[in-house]
Amino acid sequence: MERKTKVNAEEGKQDLVIVREFDLPVDLLFKAYVEADIVEQWMGTKVLKLENKKHGSFQFETTDPHGNKHRFNGVIHDFTPNQKITRTFEFEKMPFGVQLETLEFEKLSDDTSKLNMHVIYESVAHRDQVLKMPFAQGINMAHNRLQDIITKLK
Amino acid sequence: METRRDIFQAIADPTRRAILTLVALQAMTPGAIAGSFDSSRQTISKHIQILTECRLLEQELSGREIYYHINAKKMKEVADFIEPFRKLWDDRFNKLESIMKKYKSKK
Repeated sequence: MERKTKVNAEEGKQDLVIVREFDLPVDLLFKAYVEADIVEQWMGTKVLKLENKKHGSFQFETTDPHGNKHRFNGVIHDFTPNQKITRTFEFEKMPFGVQLETLEFEKLSDDTSKLNMHVIYESVAHRDQVLKMPFAQGINMAHNRLQDIITKLK
Repeated sequence: METRRDIFQAIADPTRRAILTLVALQAMTPGAIAGSFDSSRQTISKHIQILTECRLLEQELSGREIYYHINAKKMKEVADFIEPFRKLWDDRFNKLESIMKKYKSKK
């Protein structure tokens, strides 16, 4: 399968960009960020609070395989339906600092859309820590061709 | 040093990933690499240049021919670092897409 999600994290910078194109009209893509029960399904989190408006706030909760609960929260700074969400994001009780996220929703055609997510961290070290987190947790890697080859090279 | 910052962009391009996949199997001349693609020689040559600048590809002189081979160390360094994070988001977005497709057809 073609890698659809792109992550661009330049070395030595404190931000990163996540880009993804969807076979979905832009309003449906946006809806997936707005409706609490839908967010719960694809993020794999419980939504404790989600106020989709300027100065609104949100709080999510995940449960890890050991049964520990982890919460994260943020404040919404800009909410323009089908176009843009600007918000902060913070892991509670974790030393990752607060990150600023800009989510831009773009219509490509009637049936396709694009999400551009720009995340700015407090420092280069904070960013790299967050980037390495899934790696540290040992999340399963997909065995795409490139990954297969890398494994063989080891 | 000046090219190191582009390394993630280098592997984000599908053609450049295809080149890396190809060269990972065996060292190849620029002509042989270009021959595997429909794109023009100049286009492929530009991709090779970017990959070389990022040190993902290395040149080796054999007789009068230049061969490119993959820099395994550099590849692992980059891929291991970013891939799980990318995969996490890719999984989430795949799920989002399939949920919303069902949502659309229900309406």
